[in-house]
Amino acid sequence: MLKIAKNKLNDLYAKINETMGLFIPIKKAGEVNYHVWGEGKEVSIETLKTVKSPKNMFFPQTENMMKFKTEGKNLEIIDLRDEKRPFVLFGVRACDYKAIEVLDKVFLADPVDSFYQSRRAATTIVTLACSRPEEGCFCKAFGIDATAPQGDVTTWLDEEYLYWQANTEKGETLTKLVQELLEEGGETEVAAQKEATAVIIDKLPFSNLNLDKFKPENLNELFDSPKWEEMSEACLGCGTCTFVCPTCQCFDIRDFKTNEGVVRYRCWDSCMYSDFTLMAHGNSRTTQMQRFRQRFMHKLVYYPSQNDGLYSCVGCGRCVNKCPQHLNIVKVVKELGGKEND
Amino acid sequence: MKDVEMKMKERAKQLLESGEVARVVGWKKGDFCYDPSPATFETVEELDNFVYDYFCGANLSKYLIQISKKEGKTAVFLKPCDTYSFNQLVKEHRINRENVYVIAVECMAKFDIEKIKEKGVSQITGVEVKDKDVKVSSLYGETTLYKPEILLTKCETCQKTHQVKDEEIILHERPERDVDRFAEVKKLEAMTEDERFAFWKEQLSKCIRCNACRNVCPACSCVKCVFDNPASGVAAKANDSEFEEKLFHVIRAFHVAGRCTDCGECSRVCPQHIPLHLLNRKFIKDIDGLYGEFQAGEEAEGKTPLTSYTEGDAEPNDVLNGEAK
Repeated sequence: MLKIAKNKLNDLYAKINETMGLFIPIKKAGEVNYHVWGEGKEVSIETLKTVKSPKNMFFPQTENMMKFKTEGKNLEIIDLRDEKRPFVLFGVRACDYKAIEVLDKVFLADPVDSFYQSRRAATTIVTLACSRPEEGCFCKAFGIDATAPQGDVTTWLDEEYLYWQANTEKGETLTKLVQELLEEGGETEVAAQKEATAVIIDKLPFSNLNLDKFKPENLNELFDSPKWEEMSEACLGCGTCTFVCPTCQCFDIRDFKTNEGVVRYRCWDSCMYSDFTLMAHGNSRTTQMQRFRQRFMHKLVYYPSQNDGLYSCVGCGRCVNKCPQHLNIVKVVKELGGKEND
Repeated sequence: MKDVEMKMKERAKQLLESGEVARVVGWKKGDFCYDPSPATFETVEELDNFVYDYFCGANLSKYLIQISKKEGKTAVFLKPCDTYSFNQLVKEHRINRENVYVIAVECMAKFDIEKIKEKGVSQITGVEVKDKDVKVSSLYGETTLYKPEILLTKCETCQKTHQVKDEEIILHERPERDVDRFAEVKKLEAMTEDERFAFWKEQLSKCIRCNACRNVCPACSCVKCVFDNPASGVAAKANDSEFEEKLFHVIRAFHVAGRCTDCGECSRVCPQHIPLHLLNRKFIKDIDGLYGEFQAGEEAEGKTPLTSYTEGDAEPNDVLNGEAK
C-alpha cells in the first residue's frame, strides 16, 4: 500500500494533469459535481455524493454524433467524435463504480456503442472508499462494499493521508506516473477505517432492504400491483431521479438543423417524461403511474432478468435525497417487497 | 406542531366518516422524520400515515388541478403560501373551486433537510422547536441549531397570510416579521451588467434540465408545455452550450410573470440549488414598480396588471430607462 499526505493532493492532481485529463468532484456555485481539474479549482473529494453521478464522463448529457451535408444529390456524413485523450476519473465511490458496470452491460453489449466505448477505454478509474456513509445510502443491500471499492486504483482518505492501492494494469501505469509523490505505508490505517465504516454501514436504516421479491418470475404480480397508483400519486413527472441516477441510461436522438447542415445529437432522456414513449402510432404510456412503474420495474425486474440477476440500482441514495416530493426506490421496495421489509 | 397535526387528523377523520368529502389531501409520513410526501387519503385507516410537521414544505395546490375534477368533494389542507397558488389557479379556471373544501392550517415556517445536513448533522430522528432554537436528535446525539439558518429559502422572507379558507386550524399565533423579500433582488440590481451576467451564468450552468422547477410550479399549468411538444419546433431536452439553459429559465420566468405568487417551490425542488425564485421576484418587483403593488393570488378573480390595459400603463421606455426600480 502507498500513501500521500492530504496537503500534497494538489501536487498529485497537477502531476496527473500533465499527461492526462483529470475529472474530479469540484465545487462550482455551491454544488459539487465532476468537472475538469485545473489549478485553483475547489476540489471536494470528501463530498459523499456529487449531485450528478460520474456517468456523464462516458455518457454525456448531450453529445453531437454526426453531421449530414448535402450537395446536389450527394450526401456527406461527417463523424463528429473527437479523439479522446486518456483521462483519470478520480474519487468514484463504490456505488458509482458498480453503476459503471451496469452501464457497461448496456453500452458495451452487441451492438457496441462506440462513443461510450472510446471514452471508457481511455479512462483510468480511481475509486475512493466511503468512511462516512449517510442514512440515505443503501449500497449494502445490493452487495456492494463501500469500504473497499474496485477500480483501477482504490484509495482511502482519512484526516491526514490518502492511501493508494493499484488493482489493474491501468492502475499500475498511473501509479508509476505519480510514484515520486507516493510513499509506502497505510495498511493498518486502512484496515482500521474499513472496520469502523463497516460498523456504521450495518447500522444504516436501509442496509438490510430485502429484494427477494424482485425476481423475473414475479414480474406480472409486481406489474399488476394496485399499489403503484398510490405510490406514484405525488410524482411530478420531472426528470430529477433519472438525471441524478448513476445507472439511468436512456437517451433520445434528434436532428438539429444548422447553417452548415444537419447535426444529429443525442441527449439524456427520462422515462418520467410524457413524450418518452411517443411513437408514430401514439404513446404507449399515457399516465404518470405507468411511467413511474416503468422506472422501478426496469431497475428491479426487467434489467436483472436480462443481466443474470444484477439489479440496476446501486443504492447510492441520490433519488432518496433529491426527489422533490420524497418518492424513491426504497419506498417502492418497502411497499412491494413483502413482509421482510416491514 | 403535534397538537396541530392531531387536530387536522381529527378533522380529516370527521369529514371522511360523515361523507362530507370523498377524500382529503395532505401529507403522508416517509421513512425518516423529514421526508413526507403529498398524499390523498380516502379512508380513515389511511389517515394513520397522515403527518403535518416542519418538513411539509410541499405546496399542495397544483395537485388540485387533477383532483378537483374527480367525483365528490375534496378537502385540502393549505398553508398560507399555498392559498395564493390556489386562488391563482381558481382564477385561471384550472381548479374547480366548488369541489374543494379548503382548510387553512398554520405554518411556522418549514425546514430544509439539506441545510440541516450541511450543519454536519446526520441520521436525524426528530426535531423539537423552542422559539428560535431547534433541537435536532440524531443517532449520534442532540444538536441545537438556529432556526433562521435551516429554513427553506421560500420561508426565509415569508409574510404571507391565508387568502382563502372554508375553515381554519390555527392554534398558535405566528410572530410578526419584518423582512424585505426583495433584499436579494436589490443586490443583483446593484451589480454591473457583467457581474449580473456572470452570476446567472454560473448559476444556470448547473441546470440539468430535469424540469422539476417547471413541473412543481403552480403557474406552469399548461396541459402540454411548449418545450415538451415535438410539434412546437422548440422542444428540446438538450442544450447547445453550457449556458443555453438560460433561455429555458428566462422564458419560463416571463411566462409566469404576473401570475407567479412567489410560492418558492422552484427553488425548493432544484437539485442543483439554483436560486430560481430570484428571477420571479425581479419580475414581481418590477411589476410593483411599474403598475403599483400587486400580489398574484390575493384574489381569485379580477384583472391583473399584465392582462389589463390602462392609459397610465408604463411605456417600454420606462422599462428601458430603469424606471421600474
